[in-house]
Amino acid sequence: MAMLEIKNLKKHFKKEGGIENHILKGLDLKMDKGEFVTVLGNNGAGKSTLFNLISGTILSNDGSIVLDQIDITFMPEHKRSKFIGRVFQSPMMGTAPNLTVAENMALAYGRQKRKNLNWALTRDLKKLFYEKLEESNMGLEKKLDSPMKDLSGGQCQVVALVMCTINPPKLLLLDEHTAALDPKTAVDVMQYTQKIVEEGRLTALMITHDLEDAILYGDRLIMMDSGVIGQDFSGEEKKNLTVEGLRTLYHLKE
Amino acid sequence: MTLLLGSLQLGLIYSLLAMGIYISFRVLNTPDLTAEGSFTLGMAVMTVFVVAGHPFIGIFFALVAGALAGIITALLQTKLRIPPILAGILTMTGLYTINLMVMGGSSNVTLLGVNSIFDLIANILPFSYNVSKIIVSVLIALIMIVLMVLFFKTNCGLCIRAIGDNEKMARASSMNVDGYKIIGLMVSNGLIALCGGLIACDQGYADMTSGSGMLVVGLAAVIIGEAFIRRRTILAGMISCVLGSIVYRFILAAAISTRIFPAYAMKLLSAIIVTIALAIPAVRYYRENYELRKRDGHAGN
Repeated sequence: MAMLEIKNLKKHFKKEGGIENHILKGLDLKMDKGEFVTVLGNNGAGKSTLFNLISGTILSNDGSIVLDQIDITFMPEHKRSKFIGRVFQSPMMGTAPNLTVAENMALAYGRQKRKNLNWALTRDLKKLFYEKLEESNMGLEKKLDSPMKDLSGGQCQVVALVMCTINPPKLLLLDEHTAALDPKTAVDVMQYTQKIVEEGRLTALMITHDLEDAILYGDRLIMMDSGVIGQDFSGEEKKNLTVEGLRTLYHLKE
Repeated sequence: MTLLLGSLQLGLIYSLLAMGIYISFRVLNTPDLTAEGSFTLGMAVMTVFVVAGHPFIGIFFALVAGALAGIITALLQTKLRIPPILAGILTMTGLYTINLMVMGGSSNVTLLGVNSIFDLIANILPFSYNVSKIIVSVLIALIMIVLMVLFFKTNCGLCIRAIGDNEKMARASSMNVDGYKIIGLMVSNGLIALCGGLIACDQGYADMTSGSGMLVVGLAAVIIGEAFIRRRTILAGMISCVLGSIVYRFILAAAISTRIFPAYAMKLLSAIIVTIALAIPAVRYYRENYELRKRDGHAGN
């Protein structure tokens, strides 16, 4: 059963002078439930545009997006973010810097059924957040009452990940979420990502520029090329991929 | 002594204005210029009800009127995508006519000979009129602090804070950003209008020109308060508003009672106080750079 089904997705932006800049040119993508797909592609291949279309920041010119049998092509962003989690590249982007870690988590927790006049933070909720953060093994549970801005980039991304998955989303979008981190932290965050995606059996799409990560993680790899999916490897095919092989594919296009 | 008590009491009432400004400028992070219009609107609505003999209902409707003004600005900002500063100016300008309309076309309505809430409560309390006024003002400020702190602890309040902090994140975590901005500006302008209404009761008249410069007055209070209290929680913010508002009144009283400045210099003084306070980070930056450069000069010697 397909969790995500994108058909013939097109997006173009009008530049000054009326010239149309075609970013997505009829992209098709089908993802099964529980599939973890890594996305590679040059700058300008349309990866970010694809994510923006899926999460509803922008609307497509043509085509449809169906998530778990629901057509979300024209659903407003704040409605679909109830079941789509997104972690951004910049650690500060996905969290509110001046609110505490617990408050940030409360916002994410309330995503699906927010009751406006209930207390945002109760003792029970704080206990739940404490336990969730404890699972990440990064000592974050002690920072529950510190402002988000006091956390390091890696810690921010882990909190952002926990926030996105505290109520399991139907689709998790990871937008180069380790690109701004130092190599050691990036590995920690990637391993933690792998862990929660596997344990939660989440359906996830991850943009990355790191060829090793793209091969190492996930069970399917797609390469975007000028607005469509150029290559699609899964199963054995993906296991046999090498960094060199992928690099050649990149160069072939140029 | 009278001047001191008077300043204290005025500072307490004006703290509502500071709280309103704090909510739009600091919490929601939007420069909202509606304040000048909603302040006078509150005055106008309050005087109409006081003259009609319903001072307590006046409190309620002053709040509602301010909230309505907030809705207008918020709709201009969110749904029509007009830049926040311009949206505020548009509402403020439009409100000028509305305010005149509420006051029956005259630019000045007196409350002489009718009972405002201060008079009514002073009659009940066994204290002198001035002391009763202070007690009422303290109570109002306290009630508003408690209400605001509680409000910003609810999911709705937390969402408003998150939007001011990181709007992009708010959208991605499924908040109806426009809706919460509307609520935030409603609360902010409701407080400001109530402040206007109470000031009308305090001074005994409503005047069309009372609102002008109110934004700077409120901002001055917010900034002065923040100089005393650095913590950025809502409770700290609200207390700093009250403190800043009182200190601001003391500064004005001192400046005027020393007779260095005439009474009409108030607005200029306010503008200068706010300018100085806003310039502090820049001055600090220049000084730091100056120190660094000086060190280099020493090395040259």
